[in-house]
Amino acid sequence: MTWIGRGLIFGLLAFVVLGPLANLVLWAAAEQWYFPHKLPLTYGTKFWEQVFKPRGDALTSLVTSTWIALATVAASLALAVPAGYALARLKLPWRTAILLAFLLPQAFPSLAVYINIARLFYDFRLNGTMTGVIMVHTVHGLVFAVWITAAAFAAVDRDLELAARNLGASGLRTFLTVSLPLAAPGIMASAIFVFLESLDEFTGTFFVGVPDVITLPLLMFTASIAGNYQIAAITALILLVPSVVFMLVIERFLKADVLSKVGA
Amino acid sequence: MQDRGRLGVFLVAPALAAVLVLFVYPLGYSLVTAFQAKGGGFTLGNFAKAFEFYSVDIGFTLVIIGVSTLLIALASIAIGGYLVLGENPWAVALLRWLYRWPLFIPFVVAAQCMRTFLAKNGLMNNTFVALGILEVDQTIGFLDWRGIIITFVWKQTPFVALLVAGAMASLDRSTIEAARNLGASRLRILLEILVPQVMPTLMVGLILSFVTMMSVLSVPLMISGESPTMMTVDMAFRINNYGDYGTANALGFISYLLTPACAWVYLKRAVRRS
Repeated sequence: MTWIGRGLIFGLLAFVVLGPLANLVLWAAAEQWYFPHKLPLTYGTKFWEQVFKPRGDALTSLVTSTWIALATVAASLALAVPAGYALARLKLPWRTAILLAFLLPQAFPSLAVYINIARLFYDFRLNGTMTGVIMVHTVHGLVFAVWITAAAFAAVDRDLELAARNLGASGLRTFLTVSLPLAAPGIMASAIFVFLESLDEFTGTFFVGVPDVITLPLLMFTASIAGNYQIAAITALILLVPSVVFMLVIERFLKADVLSKVGA
Repeated sequence: MQDRGRLGVFLVAPALAAVLVLFVYPLGYSLVTAFQAKGGGFTLGNFAKAFEFYSVDIGFTLVIIGVSTLLIALASIAIGGYLVLGENPWAVALLRWLYRWPLFIPFVVAAQCMRTFLAKNGLMNNTFVALGILEVDQTIGFLDWRGIIITFVWKQTPFVALLVAGAMASLDRSTIEAARNLGASRLRILLEILVPQVMPTLMVGLILSFVTMMSVLSVPLMISGESPTMMTVDMAFRINNYGDYGTANALGFISYLLTPACAWVYLKRAVRRS
């Protein structure tokens, strides 16, 4: 391929991948932008001040979203680390069926399920509570947590565990001092996936969280539908920061040897 | 050995219980409600209503997701293949840097990006006009079912490509080198050696992606909330405007029916492995 052809293809690809993002940044910086102007008329921070004013909606939502995501990670790991280890190392009856069970929340379109969870939660007064939202997010992210954790444990060299056992370490000690540290990068990767899934989650919160739990995605959605594109763009940028940071570091945690064992 | 089996079950049980209580039970509840009349009792009325009002949207949902999945598969194979087989190190590094940007971007944010990017007077058309490719009166907006497909492909390709590229990179390089020494073209190596070997990973990625797209509410709401649109919008509408759980769950049931096909592909693979 000539360098011109390559340049053209990469130019087009860059436009496709980065264009929508550049567009978002422009909207976040614009104060006035309307047809037929191709670029914003005036730039400014008026809308940023509006978003970041103390005790404003955006800050409250940011705090809500962060707490929900952290609690979701904690709950997911508490469930997934034992399960992942068992799936990777222990003899389990119906192993495939169990693996598949964790896929269920992602194997069925979840919107209809959320509708019914919201209806059932109503009886337990979990609607509109953080606890309810965290429960929904945890189950949704569990497949990533369990599958990646299982893959991480499976990728640990079995000989190292056997060596520790031969030297007299107990099963629990071997797990805590050999398997767990070696699988840590993979577990970290699964924590990142769960955190982002929770931060990203819209549909479940839309049905279970209303009207009291307003996460950033819900706030952004409301602003966008109301036509406040600047507010929506700024909120979207806040959501983008962790996404882009994790995108840049993910391969440090998720190595090819673990990736190839996901879902196996 | 008996003990280790029991320990395994014990360790898996809490996670399994969470899925059963918070997913399988509501799922069953929705299946039952789909066939229930307002006063209780069996009925197919909900389905009649769902088809009467929303058959166009059901068709559009299938087309949108089907086309998106196909495009995602092609794009991820192309990206993974170039990353493994590309000969120009600069181009490979550039692609590796470029393709992942949308990876973790939330669907709502992707939808907001596209909502202003793809509009008739959005940045995309503005750029085309500025470059002299289009005249102002030739521009068309993509904020309809095509916009939904574009958003889905933009957002989901990096996820599948990451899995596929990872699997391709961990393959044994000696077969690739041997094939290349025998004079096989890179395209042929990609299609006949790499793709068959990473097929399981590709399928897992596509299935997860397919179902995710089936459940996304924000993208169709924000890109194209008017008919023809996706079933998710109709379900939310039935609930929020009418409290009509019957019809919403009937639509949900139809969307479930589309996924056993996916699960079957996975099961077949799992059975073949064991």
